[in-house]
Amino acid sequence: MKNLKFAVLFFLLPSNLFSMHIMEGFLPPLWAGFWWLAALPFIWLGIVSVKKIVTAKPELKPLIAMAGAFAFVLSALKIPSVTGSSSHMTGVALGTLLFGPFTMALLGFIVLLFQALLLAHGGLTTLGANTISMAVAGPMMAYSVFTLCRKSGVNDRIGIFSAAFLCDIFTYVVTSAQLALAHPAADGGAAVSLVKFLTVFAVTQIPLAVIEGLLTVVVFNILSSYAIDEMKVLGFMKLTLEEQYEK
Amino acid sequence: MRSKKIMNIVLIGIAVMIAVMPLVIIKGSDFGGADAKAEDIVKESSPGYEPWIESFWAPPGGETESLLFALQAAFGSGVVCMVIGYYKGRRDGRRLSVSDK
Repeated sequence: MKNLKFAVLFFLLPSNLFSMHIMEGFLPPLWAGFWWLAALPFIWLGIVSVKKIVTAKPELKPLIAMAGAFAFVLSALKIPSVTGSSSHMTGVALGTLLFGPFTMALLGFIVLLFQALLLAHGGLTTLGANTISMAVAGPMMAYSVFTLCRKSGVNDRIGIFSAAFLCDIFTYVVTSAQLALAHPAADGGAAVSLVKFLTVFAVTQIPLAVIEGLLTVVVFNILSSYAIDEMKVLGFMKLTLEEQYEK
Repeated sequence: MRSKKIMNIVLIGIAVMIAVMPLVIIKGSDFGGADAKAEDIVKESSPGYEPWIESFWAPPGGETESLLFALQAAFGSGVVCMVIGYYKGRRDGRRLSVSDK
């Protein structure tokens, strides 16, 4: 019991960090500009990829709307975590697995823009950095993990879960890195502050990442029952879904 | 189909449990998003750092903020559910028209 209290205390102490996106003004102008520059090409790739899907396969429009809306919902829900503070999920893995690594760069950017403008959650100067972490790095991770799982013959549901879980975690790893680079510790430099940021971010995020993984699997289950045409068009889960095609 | 439904219920159940668990086991925390305290942590790493720009608009208070977050979630889940409903209706309609023939 005593140990438990200690453990809880340990988690409580460093937990007073931001729930997620880097707040307005917390990156010095140079870094803010750097991340904006880094993000722009990906946003452009996102526009290109959405356009391509919409013109080539207009029947997928509702699904794109859904992928964006899913990120919208999940990033609005601040969920209590074991560290005693709250954070929220990203919801970008779903769209990435459906449409590839770049579509969510645009959709995630839109979600972040909305939150920065209307909620003062994140910020305009830090929008570039936040886009890179949530809408670029996270999806890249999800895409790689899922591709790897596919190749090694892992069950698709486990692949989806792992992709969404690691996507969510990796978003925060990148956020920590961005903060650490801009705010290296006085003694020890960026590596020390990276560990500091990571301890807080990653621990808070683990249970949430599990939830995001579970919910992403749930949505895929629903889609594979109802939106069979779309899943076929996307070439998604073709082999493992064959049992369902029989009806 | 049936097994997927059961699986989904179980998965959602686990998700809810994970979210509720901290509320039960951790006492004396307000589970703040703690955005406001970010400054302290950054200052620890780079003393003397001041945010050089402020959000040009922020919700005037907690109530308005939670309204906006609720709207965001409501709008998002509205779209998600609408699309799922559309696909389900389409599938059910097809089944009907098949059984008519």
